[in-house]
Amino acid sequence: MSSEWPLWEVFIRGQHGLSHRHVGSLHAPDAECALRNARDVYTRRNEGVSIWVVEAAHITASSPSDKGPLFEPSESKVYRHPSFYDIPDDAGAM
Amino acid sequence: MYAQMVKTARVGVKPRDEMTEQERAFQDRVDANEKIEPKDWMPDDYRRTLIRQIGQHAHSEVVGQLPEGNWITRAPTLERKAILLAKVQDEAGRGLYLYSAAETLGVSRDELIELLHQGRMKYSSIFNYPTLTWADVGAIGWLVDGAAIMNQVHLQRTSYGPYARAMVRICKEESFHQRQGYDIMMKMAFGTPEQKAMAQDALNRFWYPSLMMFGPPDQDSVHTAQSMAWKIKVATNDELRQKFVDQTVPQIEYLGLTCPDPDIRLNEETGHYDFTPPDWSEFFAVLKGNGPCNKDRMKARITAWEDGAWVREGMLAHARKKAAATAAAE
Repeated sequence: MSSEWPLWEVFIRGQHGLSHRHVGSLHAPDAECALRNARDVYTRRNEGVSIWVVEAAHITASSPSDKGPLFEPSESKVYRHPSFYDIPDDAGAM
Repeated sequence: MYAQMVKTARVGVKPRDEMTEQERAFQDRVDANEKIEPKDWMPDDYRRTLIRQIGQHAHSEVVGQLPEGNWITRAPTLERKAILLAKVQDEAGRGLYLYSAAETLGVSRDELIELLHQGRMKYSSIFNYPTLTWADVGAIGWLVDGAAIMNQVHLQRTSYGPYARAMVRICKEESFHQRQGYDIMMKMAFGTPEQKAMAQDALNRFWYPSLMMFGPPDQDSVHTAQSMAWKIKVATNDELRQKFVDQTVPQIEYLGLTCPDPDIRLNEETGHYDFTPPDWSEFFAVLKGNGPCNKDRMKARITAWEDGAWVREGMLAHARKKAAATAAAE
């Protein structure tokens, strides 16, 4: 059996109420150690107030070849953006 | 620069009409400054060159802890000791960011470490020089980390996403490293005559090895062109070396020290300093394993890896046992 520790992805929430953000990865034997290592590696300079770790093998990612079918449809739907609509200045702030 | 003499698989840039359609599309993305991400298609040579370059960079961070580790227990004050510990801890962290970036290319960290230990991968030549006095710790921060910044700032724009992101993190830390080094140099250079002599001696010994960090001259650097076309190298060795010299000479003057190169002078026409190139035969000898500390460095790395094996295995066995017990209880 391989003795290489599994890979974990690390997410940190900064201090200003933002959502957790992916900051990098590390190896650890289990979740508890992953959390402790993440604290040592990724929060040495007040980068965060909360850490999530998830084993990399448990992440399902979209494939680059699906980029077209997944994301192109939204390109043509300009009416989903507020800038699509011309509202006269006379109508006031909106 | 922590990655020297990284060989690309070919000499010169592959001409566009020799590229496959896939390679052309890839080059177009690189030219448009799009980031290449782990699951994207990439030419095999791009992948191989990046693994070598990032791996060498990671090894340099890890081996680079050793010359400084020599002084942790002998730092002159508790504050200096805490600072040096923080710096060495950063270096361990960077080794980790960089190995992780390399792993996204389909190689494991253990494989890379294995290659280093077998002598099949390299680390920067600079870490094969000894740290004889406390002033050397200052010179390393100031000159060695200063040279590393020159390169790493550019690499934040490198084409491979995970490598570029690791560089952004590293650059945030590197400035602390360089400034703490210069701070040590100022203390020494403005101190007693004995301290100033130590500072001068450290500068004398680290000047040329620092210039070597950027790798051989451009005319001998046959792999630069393809790496630059792929944007995994963003400036040439000579450009970076010149920039480093231009930045460092005024800092030497501020300290009241003397550059060990007697022929260094500002060229009024170019606005750059003319300087004596390092002895490249020394560089190649050190890279081949014949520097003053190559054997010690590798021995320390291999011993640490082997002595730590039971801890790594024990922790994994414990984690597996715990997971099995949890599963059984459910």
